[in-house]
Amino acid sequence: MKRARKNQRHSQHHWRANLRRLLSPQAWLQRHISVARDSLTRMLHNRLSSMMTAAVIGIALAMPSGLYLLLDNADRLSGSWDGQASLSIFLKESVKPATASRLAETVQGWPEVDSVELITPQQALDEFSQHSGFADVLEALERNPLPTVLIILPVTAHARPTAAEALRDRFSKLPETEFAQLDLQWVQRLSAMIDIARRAVLVIGSLLGLAVLLVIGNTIRLEIHNRRDEIVVTKLIGATNGFVRRPFLYSGLWYGVLGAIFAWLLVEAGFLLLSTPVAKLAGLYQSGFSLQTLPFQLLYLLLGTGILLGLLGSWLAVGRHLSDIEPR
Amino acid sequence: MIRFDNISKRYPGGFEALSNVSFHLHKGAMAFLTGHSGAGKSTLLKLIALIERSTRGQLFFDGRNVSKISARRIPYIRRKIGFIFQDHNLLFDRSVFDNVALPLVIAGYRHQEVGRRVRAALDKVGLLSKEKLLPITLSGGEQQRVGIARAVVNKPMLLLADEPTGNLDPELSREIMALFAQFNDVGVSVLIASHDITLIEELDYPILSLDHGRLAFAEPNSI
Repeated sequence: MKRARKNQRHSQHHWRANLRRLLSPQAWLQRHISVARDSLTRMLHNRLSSMMTAAVIGIALAMPSGLYLLLDNADRLSGSWDGQASLSIFLKESVKPATASRLAETVQGWPEVDSVELITPQQALDEFSQHSGFADVLEALERNPLPTVLIILPVTAHARPTAAEALRDRFSKLPETEFAQLDLQWVQRLSAMIDIARRAVLVIGSLLGLAVLLVIGNTIRLEIHNRRDEIVVTKLIGATNGFVRRPFLYSGLWYGVLGAIFAWLLVEAGFLLLSTPVAKLAGLYQSGFSLQTLPFQLLYLLLGTGILLGLLGSWLAVGRHLSDIEPR
Repeated sequence: MIRFDNISKRYPGGFEALSNVSFHLHKGAMAFLTGHSGAGKSTLLKLIALIERSTRGQLFFDGRNVSKISARRIPYIRRKIGFIFQDHNLLFDRSVFDNVALPLVIAGYRHQEVGRRVRAALDKVGLLSKEKLLPITLSGGEQQRVGIARAVVNKPMLLLADEPTGNLDPELSREIMALFAQFNDVGVSVLIASHDITLIEELDYPILSLDHGRLAFAEPNSI
């Protein structure tokens, strides 16, 4: 009886010690680091096949990243005109210069309007003949064909597309107005096109993400198959499913990380190739525009996506194939 | 330690490997399990290690009914058992040290503790000098001793051995059996399946004999 109690106390003590050992964060960390390192070592051991898998993942990740980045640059390009939405109000020919300047003053008082510039037909003609090189032709004309124009810059709150359109409609209704034009349309069209392209990149990205998932899943499936005996033995000597799963999950994670790094290098290399011709083109337009490569946030996103897909792919493979392997 | 209460095991297909087997192996006891090949020795060991589950009857391990234990709990029961196989089941892509360390790594021991215990176990089986070698470079007897070191490194309460001397010559077999006796002396329960009748009869331990899935003589049937 006494001995039984002592035994019980002993086993309780043993049990507590076990629990302490298992829950100790240091031991936990040590365990994970060593599994992560083992998985990486194993991958580096089969360098060629691992690198090939990582390259496939890298290419699949680089495609949407590169396209996204191109779009981002295009967006930035169109964005530099975004704030400068302006309205050109062409006045009827019958409007007298005095009426026009009165109108300009009235309009200046509108709360939506930031500034008004009045361009008389004579000013327009001078400017046109200066810049177009058609001075001789214009002189040959009997009378000035150009209308009086009001250039309106709306206040910031009314520079947004819809508000600017409302403002244009208000100008159209003025009796003096022949035609009101919003100089925002091509920017709007470009940004609409970019939106469509962005959606397309999302679709392509999702499909390639799925491909990455399948590649990793299949790679892990093969690895599980190759290590079948080892899995059986470890299960026989008391390995939990979690223990058996862990190295494969880490393999998936490493594939994701390596793939992301590979993708990053590809994107950087691609943009390096593009940067000179783009700078040349920008120079032709007298623009200081230059391509922006992967910002750090996007690099983290790429790495996170790689890790997530790696873990998910290996998780699927492990869940599907590991339960079939039991000692017999 | 282990109690079989009217256990039967029928494999899919209808073959009954064990029929109404009852016996009790006490804590700290050592016994042999014999019988012709196909008598059900391996099945009996597999039932204890929960590799197979009984079709009928109750199985008690360390005072606990494990007949209906959930698959999730099985690894923790197996950690209390040291299993020794006829074909060693070593992992050939890693060193002797890493093979022996495996149960400790699985149980989540720290590096320092693992090193200490692995060397103690290797010392006990006389292979301390070979810890860095790959198992493939060892002889059959040495491989078996690595298997034993792996089985005892976690200080299990029970050792199960399935034909541990199956491929060894009589001299080596005797050494291996002496090793088991040593572990038994320090309180580990041991159950060894073997058909090497001459060797078994040299040693003075109780014998459970299986014949076509039935326990032929086990007197007393509590050991």
